[in-house]
Amino acid sequence: MSDSLLDIDDLSVVIGANQLVKTLSLEVHTGEIVGLVGASGSGKSLTALAIMQLLPESAVTTGLVRLRGEALSGKPEALMQQIRGRDIGMVFQEPMTALNPLMRIGDQVGETLRLHQNISALAAKRAAREALDLVGLTGEIGSLDRYPYELSGGERQRVAIAMAAIMSPPLLIADEPTTALDVITQAQVLSLLQQLVRTRNMGLLLVTHDLAIMAQLADRVAVMRQGEIIEQGDAEQVLRHPRHAYTAALLAAAALKPHAGAGRIDQSGDRAPAVLQVVDIVRDFPRKRRSLWRAAPRLRAVDHVSLQVRSGETVGLVGQSGSGKSSLLKVILALESSQGGKVRLLGEDFSSARGAQLHRLRRAIQGVFQDPYGSFDPKWSVERVIGEPFFLLNAQPAAAERRRKIGTMLEQVGLSASDARRLPHEFSGGERQRIAIARALITEPAVIVFDEAVSALDVLLRQQILDLLAQLAKRLNVAYLFVSHDLHVIRAIADRVYVMQHGRIVEEGPTERIFASPRHAYTQALIAAAPKLQAMR
Amino acid sequence: MSPWSRNMNLRAGALLTLFFLITALLAYFWTPYDPRALSIIEKLQPPNPHHWFGTDQLGRDVLSLIMVGAQTSVGVASLSVIIGMCVGVPLGLLAAARRGAIDELLMRGNDVIFAFPALLMAILITAALGPGAVNAIVAIGIFNIPVFARVTRAGALPLWTRDYALAARVAGKGPMRISSEHILPNLLGVLAVQGTIQFSLGVIAEAGLAYVGLSAQPPTPSWGRMLNEAQTLTALAPSLAFFPGCAVLLFVLGLNLLGEGLRRGAERPT
Repeated sequence: MSDSLLDIDDLSVVIGANQLVKTLSLEVHTGEIVGLVGASGSGKSLTALAIMQLLPESAVTTGLVRLRGEALSGKPEALMQQIRGRDIGMVFQEPMTALNPLMRIGDQVGETLRLHQNISALAAKRAAREALDLVGLTGEIGSLDRYPYELSGGERQRVAIAMAAIMSPPLLIADEPTTALDVITQAQVLSLLQQLVRTRNMGLLLVTHDLAIMAQLADRVAVMRQGEIIEQGDAEQVLRHPRHAYTAALLAAAALKPHAGAGRIDQSGDRAPAVLQVVDIVRDFPRKRRSLWRAAPRLRAVDHVSLQVRSGETVGLVGQSGSGKSSLLKVILALESSQGGKVRLLGEDFSSARGAQLHRLRRAIQGVFQDPYGSFDPKWSVERVIGEPFFLLNAQPAAAERRRKIGTMLEQVGLSASDARRLPHEFSGGERQRIAIARALITEPAVIVFDEAVSALDVLLRQQILDLLAQLAKRLNVAYLFVSHDLHVIRAIADRVYVMQHGRIVEEGPTERIFASPRHAYTQALIAAAPKLQAMR
Repeated sequence: MSPWSRNMNLRAGALLTLFFLITALLAYFWTPYDPRALSIIEKLQPPNPHHWFGTDQLGRDVLSLIMVGAQTSVGVASLSVIIGMCVGVPLGLLAAARRGAIDELLMRGNDVIFAFPALLMAILITAALGPGAVNAIVAIGIFNIPVFARVTRAGALPLWTRDYALAARVAGKGPMRISSEHILPNLLGVLAVQGTIQFSLGVIAEAGLAYVGLSAQPPTPSWGRMLNEAQTLTALAPSLAFFPGCAVLLFVLGLNLLGEGLRRGAERPT
């Protein structure tokens, strides 16, 4: 084995009364990719910051961090500044905020170099050009004069990687570098990182919650839980034959079983009545006017989309961010009006319904949204939150009846009736999503729309919520329209899938068929780009 | 700022504010002397054991005058804040809920009011309607309206993008109901802070109007008019200007500290 590049020995981080990282030891060798994996809140990012000595002053660190044998712990800030960028490069999660919006990308990439070496502006420019070429931003696209806002998320992340790699630091730390990107861009950025490490013989510490990324990229894997590394070793070894039960649980949850249909929809299911029919919907957004006299140009977010959801069926809608999924959902929920087409709910025209008819139809469709933290009024008790859709009933149930129904619903989603009096902030992310589901179910709708409902959850919670949804669907015979950018999730829950690109449906079919033999080039690209646990190198 | 000193600001502000509110209340039941009783023999006394703050040119007890003057200050400032809130908050909620043309109309109307210097317009209004406490309240109140409308709208807009506002719409609730059930309750903290700050501005504005003779009329005591009357006598009896000046200063300081403390408290992540 080659020399140890980064050597972490017995690292502990204490903030306030909480020990967030516990006696962590980890090594990264030259030319090696080490994955640090764990659920959110397990202390992964803190570890990365501790290596760079970038923790807030209130944090107390003990233990030793060494880079090529030289201790970083306790080094004065001035010396650390020389080391950062030159010896350790870092790539952060959020490409939107990692770049200075007012600086041209060429200057930004060259800045690291000029800080560390006394070189001319011209030389820095030349080096920036090389670095951008290296990360695949060549020609017009990678022009040094562009500003971050002119770049897409994936391009920005490439710039961030160029910044981190320009000094050819022996060690690169990447903290969830692809979490904010869609699958296709993610695959490109990951292969770029991999190629950098191989060609330049760097060490890479890759922090992520996604085990599938580990399976594709990492040489060694360390699994973190509650601040501790509970298992580490050869990636192949850890991911195929996990020794620790927690690793096994993570793996099981990440390897979502493809949905078998679960006997819910038999062949005759095709004849089940359609509860939701979306016919030829067009949704335009006005763009900024160029001239006072000409009509504002329009941006077509949804372009003649038709789909249907049958009674008791789970339909998946998959597409990248910006493909128009969310705009379509708002039209389906009759929250925004469309510029063409109509939405039929239970056979009635929902999109043009008004007054009492709209009120009555709303009962049949409810929604669960992405952000488990933003979806409840922080001042409302759980009971009030779940009871809000009772507003749709003509005769709102009396207090006792109401409480009984809410209690039953809480138990249905795996919480207890006594939780009704508590406030949303007392619950964890997974529990909140259960509350959101309870709220959607309380009026016994025929169809529920899920907008990226499990995207903010880590793998274990995601598994639990998907299981719960499958159970509820069977028990209550409710149909789901499940929108996600995550193919694994769609595959695990949907009976039928629609694939959306640039506002159009490009392919639809039964889940198994779509995944086994995708016909449209975009579907094929999506499926090929998704990281796979099985794809062990 | 350390948590300790932040806490101290809040406490000091609350104590000062409370002190003046209690003083104003107490003055309804008891003052050391009758603030309207003239006693020319005892005029222009410096502070002494009988008259702690001295007496004015008509021999009235300055401490008693300041205590009763606090009633005018608190009354005018609080009523003008109430006017501003009662009109401004619904306008702000409406603008945020409806957006589009209504929003434009309301906010541009606000801009028009904002465009005039507040105190100058207050002088104009009281000059047109005649001087007096009630007209001062109306004048200051009108200028509180756009402030509250703007703060409410700015606070409400991000709340409308939250998923819970979306969920309420899916539950069939209209914009007005969502505004009152979800938006307004979550803005109360912000509004309390702004209310405190506007209150302190109201105290200053009242003192200013009274100083030029456009607020409460004699014989109703008022800090601003006391300052005005003291002006010609500063050489003879400097304490006459000192005490009402201090009263304005300390009350406004207290309110500002309180507002600042509340704001920092409201900023704490929940």
